[in-house]
Amino acid sequence: MATMPASPAAPSSDERLARTGPATRIMRRPEFGAAIGAIVVFVLFALVDSTGKFASLDGIARWTDSAATIGIVAVAVALLMIGGEFDLSAGVMIGTTGLVLGLLVTEVGLGIWPAILLTFVFAAAVGAMNGWLVVKTRLPSFIVTLATFFSLQGINLGVTKLITGTVRVAGIDRGAGFDSARAVFATDLWEPYRFRIAVIWWIAFTVIATWLLTRTQFGNWIFAVGGDANAARNSGVPVHRTKIFLFMGTAMSAALVGIMTALRLRSVQAGQGVGQEFTFIIAAVVGGCLLTGGFGSAIGATVGASIIGMAFIGIAFAGWNTDWSFLFLGLILFMAVMVNTLISRRASAGATK
Amino acid sequence: MTTLSEAPVPTGEKILELKDVSKSFGSVIALRDISLHVEAGSVTCVLGDNGAGKSTLIKTLSGVHEPSTGTYEVLRKPVRLSSPRDALALGIATVYQDLATVPLMSVWRNFFLGSEPTTGFGPLRRLDVKKAKQIARDELLRMGIDIRDVDQPVGTLSGGERQAVAIARAVYFGAKVLILDEPTSALGVKQSGVVLKYIVQAKERGVAVIFITHNPHHAYLVGDRFFLLNRGRMMENWTRDEVDLDSLVKAMAGGAELEALAHELESLGGAAASAAEEVADVVSHPTRGEDTR
Repeated sequence: MATMPASPAAPSSDERLARTGPATRIMRRPEFGAAIGAIVVFVLFALVDSTGKFASLDGIARWTDSAATIGIVAVAVALLMIGGEFDLSAGVMIGTTGLVLGLLVTEVGLGIWPAILLTFVFAAAVGAMNGWLVVKTRLPSFIVTLATFFSLQGINLGVTKLITGTVRVAGIDRGAGFDSARAVFATDLWEPYRFRIAVIWWIAFTVIATWLLTRTQFGNWIFAVGGDANAARNSGVPVHRTKIFLFMGTAMSAALVGIMTALRLRSVQAGQGVGQEFTFIIAAVVGGCLLTGGFGSAIGATVGASIIGMAFIGIAFAGWNTDWSFLFLGLILFMAVMVNTLISRRASAGATK
Repeated sequence: MTTLSEAPVPTGEKILELKDVSKSFGSVIALRDISLHVEAGSVTCVLGDNGAGKSTLIKTLSGVHEPSTGTYEVLRKPVRLSSPRDALALGIATVYQDLATVPLMSVWRNFFLGSEPTTGFGPLRRLDVKKAKQIARDELLRMGIDIRDVDQPVGTLSGGERQAVAIARAVYFGAKVLILDEPTSALGVKQSGVVLKYIVQAKERGVAVIFITHNPHHAYLVGDRFFLLNRGRMMENWTRDEVDLDSLVKAMAGGAELEALAHELESLGGAAASAAEEVADVVSHPTRGEDTR
């Protein structure tokens, strides 16, 4: 019984005759396109640089300053996107958490450190609410977090005006422990170049996120819930829990940036961070994250953030009007996605169904 | 609850049984008085056309639905399964046709999805990648599938190989009952052959396989027992000795109904009569019929 068609094993070995060389392997990596893009952008702005500083350590200190705050959140946003969801409230959360910190210090009279702790708890709660709403209502996360975005934007303005009578919370440096907190979150390193300490946080975030994504059980679940939530559920992956954790991650990474900004500027504007949510998504997408989920990398998001940082500073260093930087962002986004798509199509040509 | 994974169940032992199970959704009766049993180390085929109640039966067996009436027994003890996790914990695994693997993830990541081996402890607990890759490669080899590179995405495998990965995974994680939902329906002839081979291999490792299909040819190649489902009822229960391929095909094609129809048409005479003769011919010689799917 169980008579098989002749040589049943033959077709399966035939199909695998085409070997994948190391070059194809590298090209299949999500961050490959972004890495090429980063080199191109760096060379481009080094060539048009009018200050002679862009390619120096001075210049690097400048662009990593803006790239770091983008990168910290973009890495978390990338994990969330790999998990198949969006968070449009990541930008406004920077402002919200900054204000929460500011109000806890100036109005409640807490020390900086307890206020920081409570701010993180607050952010985790907002993130958990986002995630819970997404998995329970089964509405697209785009809509749910868009609603959170606008709600928080309104609350930020309303509450700030109600309490302070202005649109900013100032005097955060009066809180106890301000100097030690500033040393951890908002100091400068390496005179005379003055790298921001945010760069260290950014690198640490990238390393931890990469390890989490590729070397832990939770990372496996992130890829699975984004790649095919049904298959993941059938395999026993806690899909809801995984997604809620990812939303908490983006909210808390935004809180870290909010706290950094508040400590650095000693005051927080009610509109802080609004508009940045798309910058994070651009960084993640430029870094190779698929909009449909299930594919991407944390390193890619970091490279994407670097490209954006280089572009912002490079345009200024070239003596161009910085009004043009958004046009540049748009073009980068389009080209990066084009290149990524072409590369992945070519690398997997004939292999995917 | 009894757990199947605790001790090996001897071949031929009745491992799972449905007794007079009915399932209704509101006024729709999807299953009516279904009795079915499955033995360890055998392949039980459930044949049925679209709308016969196959999906409801699978979902009842795999713990998605609870029976409205009747009992579900595992090793002769009644159980109540309220989720697929309960069924999995008992050693009853279901491989769904398209919902078994994540295409963008590598073979080894898919293999261990949901039950990843870890090393280290506390915050440093991490995947044991080396071990995972090794086990995935070895287990697939044991099923006779030679994946040269377990790092390649499952999406780059053929449909049959994808099913094989899902089957090998279920067997490795201690499935004693393996429910396969139309594993060959989307596949070509060769790939179907590959999957049928894994079904036999799983059976030879002592697993009770429930093979749900509408293809009598595939069922006949591997089956030890055949249940025929039609309009929510269990119409036939044959052992392998009691049935041949022709009667299986005929039963699946709705043979009896067609023959009755042919007789009716013949009595009308004319063009309808000659058409009816053709139909009768095809029904009684099903191998000549084209669409056996």
